[in-house]
Parts: sequence; C-alpha cells; structure tokens
Amino acid sequence: MLTEIEDLKAQALAALAAAATREEVERVRARFIGRQGVVTEQLRGLGSLPAEERPAAGQALNQFKNTLQEASRSRREALSRAAVDAELGSDRIDVTLPGRGQRAGGLHPVTRTLERIETFFRRLGFEIVEGPEIEDDFHNFEALNIPAHHPARAMHDTFYFDDGLLLRTHTSNMQIRIMAVQPPPLRVIAIGRVYRCDSDLTHTPMFQQIEGLVVDERANFSNLKGTLAAFCRHIFEADLEIRFRPSYFPFTEPSAEVDIQCVICGGTGCRVCGQTGWLEILGSGMVHPNVLANVGIDSERYTGFAFGMGAERITMLRYGVDDLRLFMDNDLPFLRQFAGGG
Amino acid sequence: MKFNEGWLREWVDPGVGSGVLAEQLTRAGLEVDAVEPAASPGGFSGVVVAEVLKSRPHPNADRLKLCVVDPGGGDRVEVVCGAPNVRAGMRAALARPGARIAGGVKVRRAKIRGSGSEGMLLSMRELGIGEDHDGILELDPDAPPGADVSGVLGLDDSVFELSLTPDRGDCLSVAGVAREVGAINRLPVRGPASDPVAPVIEDRLPVALEAPEGCARYAGRVVRGIDPAAKTPLWMTERLRRCGVRAVSPVVDVTNYVMLEIGQPLHAFDLHRLEGGIRVRRARAGERLTLLDEREVETRPSTLVIADHRRPVALAGIMGGLDTAVSGATRDVFLESAWFDPSDLMGEPRFYKLNTDASHRFERGVDPELQTAAIERATRLLLDVAGGRPGPVVDERAPSHLPGRSTIRLRAKRIERLLGMALPSDEVAGGLRRLGMEVSETEGGWSVTPPTRRFDIAIEEDLIEEVVRLAGYDRVPPVEIEGTVRPGGDPETGVPVSRLRRVLVDRGYQEAVTYSFVDPALQSLLDPEVPPIRLANPISSELSVMRSHLWMGLCGALVRNANRQERRVRLFETGLRFRRDPALKARIGDVEGWGDRGRDQVADVDQERCIAAVAMGPTHPEQWGSAARDADFFDLKSDVEALLGLTGQPERFSFAPVVHPALHPAQTAAIRDGDEPVGLIGALHPNVRRELGLPAPVFVFEIALAALSTARLPGYVPVSRYPSVRRDLAVIVDDGVAVDRILDGVRRGAPATLNDAAVFDLYRGEGVGAGKKSVAIGLTFRSDSRTLDDTEVDGLIEAIVAGLEAELGAALRR
Repeated sequence: MLTEIEDLKAQALAALAAAATREEVERVRARFIGRQGVVTEQLRGLGSLPAEERPAAGQALNQFKNTLQEASRSRREALSRAAVDAELGSDRIDVTLPGRGQRAGGLHPVTRTLERIETFFRRLGFEIVEGPEIEDDFHNFEALNIPAHHPARAMHDTFYFDDGLLLRTHTSNMQIRIMAVQPPPLRVIAIGRVYRCDSDLTHTPMFQQIEGLVVDERANFSNLKGTLAAFCRHIFEADLEIRFRPSYFPFTEPSAEVDIQCVICGGTGCRVCGQTGWLEILGSGMVHPNVLANVGIDSERYTGFAFGMGAERITMLRYGVDDLRLFMDNDLPFLRQFAGGG
Repeated sequence: MKFNEGWLREWVDPGVGSGVLAEQLTRAGLEVDAVEPAASPGGFSGVVVAEVLKSRPHPNADRLKLCVVDPGGGDRVEVVCGAPNVRAGMRAALARPGARIAGGVKVRRAKIRGSGSEGMLLSMRELGIGEDHDGILELDPDAPPGADVSGVLGLDDSVFELSLTPDRGDCLSVAGVAREVGAINRLPVRGPASDPVAPVIEDRLPVALEAPEGCARYAGRVVRGIDPAAKTPLWMTERLRRCGVRAVSPVVDVTNYVMLEIGQPLHAFDLHRLEGGIRVRRARAGERLTLLDEREVETRPSTLVIADHRRPVALAGIMGGLDTAVSGATRDVFLESAWFDPSDLMGEPRFYKLNTDASHRFERGVDPELQTAAIERATRLLLDVAGGRPGPVVDERAPSHLPGRSTIRLRAKRIERLLGMALPSDEVAGGLRRLGMEVSETEGGWSVTPPTRRFDIAIEEDLIEEVVRLAGYDRVPPVEIEGTVRPGGDPETGVPVSRLRRVLVDRGYQEAVTYSFVDPALQSLLDPEVPPIRLANPISSELSVMRSHLWMGLCGALVRNANRQERRVRLFETGLRFRRDPALKARIGDVEGWGDRGRDQVADVDQERCIAAVAMGPTHPEQWGSAARDADFFDLKSDVEALLGLTGQPERFSFAPVVHPALHPAQTAAIRDGDEPVGLIGALHPNVRRELGLPAPVFVFEIALAALSTARLPGYVPVSRYPSVRRDLAVIVDDGVAVDRILDGVRRGAPATLNDAAVFDLYRGEGVGAGKKSVAIGLTFRSDSRTLDDTEVDGLIEAIVAGLEAELGAALRR
C-alpha cells in the first residue's frame, strides 16, 4: 500500500512539472486530489484496510495530498510569473549605455593640496586665514625684520605699484596682521596667493603659499621639528626621512630649511632632487624677538615658531606634474585629470 | 660662492671625502649646491708632461718649429709647434695621438708642411683651463716627463658651489669656509702668513675719510716698479679659474686672489692717474664716472665715492673707474683695502644695477679688522709675481664709526626654553669658542663676545642658533604639538569655501587658477569703466594690471580652451578682485588685522574675495536620448541659486536687472542680499564675445564670498498634521511685469496658509494678447490647525487674484 502511494506521488509531481499552463496544472490537481481524484478515492477506501495498516496509510495519503496542493500552487505561480516576464521581454534595455545627466567637474590640483594641508592643521587646532594680497611695505617687510635695502629683499623680486604698495611676496605678512589683533596663544595658518617678479621654467610670477604660526608660552624648536615632520609624512603618506638644516630668514631665529627624502627616487638621487636625494620643502624657524616686539608681544614670556611652503611644489611632487606652468594654463584636459576624491 | 676643495684642504683637512664634507657644510647652514670636478667638462685626457729637448725652425714654414721632446719612458717624439714661446729645456703639456684635448677633440698623427708630427704641445686654451692661446703652457720645471698633466695641475680637485644665505658674509672666502669646517670638526685652521712687508720706498698717498659713517677705515699703499710684462703664475690662475674668476693681469689677479682667500675686496689704481690724494666722500650732484665696465653713470648724493683731489675715481665698494684702472703698461700702483659700512652701502649697487664680487661682500659685511692684513698679503703676492717696491701702509680710521664689539648674555635656561632641550655646558661654550667668540661663564649662563666678522650675531637667539647649528639640528628631539579645540573655532553656521567649490564641481564646473594680474586690453574690454590698478614693474605687458573682476582670467582661460576645440566649458575660480576706493579709506582709515574671506583693505585698495564662473556651450555633456541645448541665463542662475541655497536662507537674495558695459543689456542681473548688491550674473555682451572670438553665448557670474559665508542655524517649526490643497492659477500680465512681483503679490494675498508657490508655465502668444504674458503658478495651501475646505481656498484664491489685479493689472486666465 505505502509503495503504491509513493508511486502515485512520483507520477503526480512529474505530471505537474510537465504542465505548461494553469489549466493543465488544475487538471493534474483534480486527477489526484480532486473530488473524484485518485487520492480522494483511496482515502475513502481506508476503512477496507486491516486495522493495523490504517494509520500509516492514512498519514501517507494526507501528506501526499498536502504536498501536491503546495506543488501545484507554486507551479501555478511560476507559470504566471513566466508569462509576465515573457511579456516584459519586449521592454529590454541595453544596460551598458551610459547614464544621462550632469557629469561632475573637479578641483584645481593646487586646491586639492591646499585643502589637505588645511585639514591637517585644522585638526591641530589652527585657525585658517587668507588676508590681503596688495600689501604695504610695513607688513610685508619692515615689521618682519626686513628693513629697506636689506640683502634679504634681493631674495624677493617684488612687484610694486606707483604709490609704494606692493604685491605680497609671501604669506608672512599675515604673521604681523594676526599678532597685531590677536593675543597669544595663537595657532594660525595663512593660505593664499603670493607674487614674485620672476618667470622661467621653475618660477611663475604668482604661486600659492601656506604659512603657519604658533605663539604661546611653551612653543620650542623641538615642537617645530615634531610638528613639521609629522606634517610631511602625513601629506606624502610615507614614512619619509626628514632633514632640518640651518638657514636664514630675517623673521626667524634659529631658522631651518626642511628637506624630505626625495619622493620620486626614494633618496637615491634623480633629476627631480638634483641627485641629492633630498627635496627642499619648507622654510621655518623660531619667531624672531624683533618681530614679536614689533607687534608688542613680550618675547621673554612668549615664543613661537613659523613655517612656510609653496603649494605648487608639493602638488607637483604628489601628482608627478613636471611643468609648473601647467597650473596656470587651465587647460581642461589637464584639469580633468584631478577630478574625483574628497 | 665657488671655491675649490684643494684650496680649502690646504687650510683645514678634516680627513673625510668630498661627499661627507659637503653634507657637513649643508648641515651647518652653508648649503652646498653642487660639487663638480675641477677639470672642465669635456676636458683633456691622456696628456703628459714632456721636456722640450731641441727646437729648430721648420724648413718649409717661417712660424713653425720642429721640436724633439722627451715624453718620459726613454722615448723621443718629434712634434711640429707654432708657439712663439717654445724653447729647449722647458716643460710642456704633450698630447700624443689618441689623447684628447679641450672640447673632446682626439689628437691624430699629422703631417704639417711635409714634416710628421707625433702629437701637439698645448696652450691653456687647448687644455681647457684658460683663455691664453698666445703660446704653449709652460709647466713647472720640476714636473717629471711622462707624468699625467691633470695630476701636475692638481685637476683631481673638486669645485664646491655654496648657496650662502645673506647673513653669512663672513663665509664669502676660503678662510671663512675653513673656519666653519674647523669648528665643525674641532680642528685648528691653518692659513697663509700675512707678515708685514717692510716698505722700501717712502711714497705715500694722503687719505681723507670725509664721510666716516660710510667708510670708517681705509688702508692704502703705493707699490712702484712692478714688471708690466710679468705673468700670473699658473697655480694662481688655476685657483682663480676654479673659483669662477677670470685671470686678467698680475695686479688684478692678486687683488682677486686675496679677496677669494680671506674675503677682503681690494682695488688697485694706476698711481699716475690719481691726482693729489684719496678722498672718501659723498658724490656731488651731477658728477659722472665711467666705470671699469665702460658704462658711464651719474652718481646720486647718497653714493659714497672714492675721489682724488679732482674727481671721483671709483664707486666705493662697488666698482672702480676706467680712467684710473691699471693697464698693461702700469708700473706704479696704489692698492686700496677699505671697510665700507654695510647699512650705508645697502641699496647703492642695486641703484646702479651692479652686483660685483666686492659689493656682494661689502653689503653683507667685511671684517673691519682685515684691511691691513689683506694689503700686506696682497703686497707679498704682488712682489712675488711682478716684483716692485712697496711704500708704507697708510691706515686711516674713524674709530667711532667702526662697529663696536658688543657682549651678549646667553642663559642656559633660555637655550632650553627655545630648543626644548638642554645642551651640556661645555658643548655650548666650546662650540662658541671654536667659532671665534670670547666666552666667559656667568651666573646661569655665559657672556659672549662675537668676532668682528660676524655681523649676524646681535642677540641671544643668534647665539642659540650657533650653538644648535654646531651641535646639529638632528640632536633636537622632534615633539609634535598636541591638537587643541579652538573655542568658537568651527561654528556650525560657517559655510567653508571648500563647500562652495564642491557645489560647483558637482554641477559640472572645473576649478581654475588664473593670474591676479591680467592684460590691460582684456581688463578694459570686460570692465571699461573701472580704472585699473597698474603694476609699476610688470613681468610683461600681458600681466600688468590687477583684475577688477575674476572674469578677466576666467575669460582668458575660456578663450584658450575654446581655441583648443572645447565646445562645452564650465570654469570657476575663487580669489580677490582689486579696486581703488578712496572713499573706503576715508571711511575706515588704516585697519590692522584682516577681513577674512570677506573684504581686505590696504590703503585705498579694496580687495574683495569672490567666487566667479564662466559657462559656454551645452547644458550637459554630450549624451544620447535627450536633445542638446546651449545653456542660457536660467541654467547659470540655477547654479547661483545652488550657492545661495547654502546659506539656508535663499529668500534673502533677489535678482534685479542691471546694466554693465561688458554684459548683455537685457540679460544681466544684480544679485542682492537684502538691499545690498553682492554679485552679478549675465550674458557676455555679444560685441565683447565677438571681440574675444568665442563661438557661442557666454554666461558669467560673480558673488562676494562674504554673502555666502554664513548659514542659518536650523530652527524647528512644527509640521502641520493637516492635508494640503493644491490649486493652479494662471494670470495674464504686461510682459514687463517681473515674475518676482507676481509671486510677492501671491504670497501677500494668503500669508497664513500659502505654503508654496511655484511657477510651472510661462506663455506668450495667441490667446494672451500682444505685449502680454501668461504666468501659471501652482499654489499649495495648508493650515497648521485644521483641514482647509474648498470654499475657504476659493476665497483665498479670490483674494490673491484681486490683489494681483489691483497691484499689477493682472487678469485671471480662464
């Protein structure tokens, strides 16, 4: 008896699988478990079985009935879904066609660099300022311990206007403007355009600088070294060797140039680093007491450090740009290469 | 400054290679720019010392000689030589076949006028070590035949090029660099003796210091009877060459040599061209002087001149005059070794557009105790080279004008405070002493007197730099400062420029960076009514006036890209625009500080930070399935509105027609923040566009960043729980009525319940009437307290229409 039921079940499921329409599914269902269906008939004839076989046979038949009920329902659903899908086939699209709408532009590569630098220093609690570009002699030179005719002025080929005003040659003018109005403690970054009357392969008459200034009751040369080393490694995302060497700026004492291990050759010497393995990246130093005195800050109580760097140079090293003038040409094929990112 | 390593090592030899020596100097603050071989590139090779054994006239040529020379190793070689100075017994440089001479030329066996020549005897020029080509180079008579000439000439030497900072004038000599090397390596420094040379004649020239504040010391000496035919020895010309100085004549070469050696610039006058004596004085009005470079200058009164009793004969510390210069016939000279005050001289060389080796040193400061030592050293060398009889040294001084030696207090605590580390006491004192300072211990520190040559040491910090420089900057531990939160430093209502940039980037713009100075033609084309701010010394006429709008640079970049086949261009820039505004100065006066991201003002120059853009070509990148359309005013206005929207208060801003000479008269608007104009948006005037050669309409905008820098802090308002009612309304108005006024009227008509009013159609033409337009507006009403019913909304619509009829002559379109 039980074997017979199993055979019937296999027959029924095969018939369902072969059914191609909802009507056929219904016919199969009716044939087995309809009012006059085979299974229904057998259930009715259970009584004729010996008493000991009845429970097992009854259970098997009821299971059969449930299975078939469920199988026919799912077969029906599958068929109707297939019918809908077949109809939608005519709506087929080419998913490889490009999307429509606006395409994003991009930031200037130097701005990318400036924003990264800004973010680094913002996290350390620096305020970001910009300031005027047409400047007077006092803020650009005099107050920074660079009197008229000082040989250091020869390092700054300055653009002048007829009335004696000038285009700032560095963002250091902001050291004075900041300290004149804000008492220490100070942490400030000045960012912006600066100008030198110089134009060749490696100089453009305008470029962008980042100037940093820290003044408080603790700032020391050790802080200058630690902070700038961390900065260089952050910006280039590499554990670079860093070299601090004595230099001269009229507004800092002691002064230091900061060299990083060449990011192009890794320090073995190449064209970019002039075979030295080092790249000069930053000028820095402890704020000169004369500068503090010029803005009325007591240099016995307060000390400070300052640093400055060119954004174009860092951008060139970072992205492998080999011609400074490209930054000013604003050719779209060049600019588009710097799209994307934050 | 250039010097050769061999010379330096004669003074102090630290026993390290060139590379390490260069690194030592760089790390001590004397940056080494380059270390190059002393032999000129493409120099000679395979050239040996040869003794000329015989020299006889060439049978077939008057000016040639046939020589037999001994090239060492027992060989005999016959060479043809055209030099007048070749003679038996001399040592000369021989290039045999296969050797190379200057310029990389390979020497071959040759037949000259029928005689075979097994090589050539070389002049300085052929060796690439000088310009002399009048005869062959005569080598040291002790040079062994067969020896490599490059060894004999000491060419296995290097030339160091230093990039010295302007504070280190004391290092502008071999002696100066040697002192540093000695201090770094803790070695004594040798130097040539400058023992006095006893006078053998009585001749002296009187010297008067008439401007002691400019020249406080002047040493002079007469030397008579030098041999005008004397030649500067090879060892000296070679050193001069390696230091980048051309050999001229024994007198000039000796003065240059002493300058390179110890740093004191010297000058030699032809004694017979001087009249009376020396007067060091200020120039007089209208005085003229022809300089050694044959240029005539008219002196200005601030200039210090060396004069005789009749006229100026030199610009003091800068350059001598041509008239009194030594010549090939000079036998009697007057040597000058003076000290000029750096601050007095500053600016003078630049005024005369001269930067000489002398002025470079005097401007940075020459040791005021060097003058007689230098003149003795020069006398010694001159006598050795060209003979002559020296007179006594005249040494005029104005002691009160010579720099005094000040004593500086150095505190151990201050070192620690400034460096963040302590240095051992003996290292501090020892280092300073090695640099020639007098150091004595005091309570908690030292008392330090720097040497007279150090013009850069005036305060305690200067000493601390010296100490840490010698100790090595590496010794200072790096300690990063810790992050702090700046009170009030990052307000939520601040809109950073980076956010503004991203709005435009996301809407398809590329950021540009253009020069702040532009072509005056472009400037006046785009802003003809604002007089430009001109640079006094522009780099070129195309970059000579300051932009009054950011459009000048952006239009330049647009033209450049259009010329490179870019059909669709969207560029923006942030930066300052510049205008003179005397009224602003009168109102504000001189301000300290700065107007960050807003307006900076220096003197009468107004510098306003702006964001600006240019747009040309289709609204979207080329794409399938939608028709391409060139951008118009409203596409650009949408970009502007996106920026204004960052304030969270777009209702603050309005647009009003305005006239700008470079913009389209009917498609230009002022952008206003309340009543204040904060920007412009418009189409470039078609004439301007044609002038620029641009192929399609161009739209521009510019907004002052100050207007965009602050956003509203959000404030919660309860959201109505009741449903909204939407009604559409179309009104017909005169074409000249601004839609803004209709919307204002609509809002005033139902202030309490009107939630939104949006224009969804604009129609002109049939059914509306000539000179009229129909504006369709979708209105959304919603109450905070109840569900609005139709009658109520009908009433509101009626009120709105009535208002529009009364104010604007509007008619409801049915």
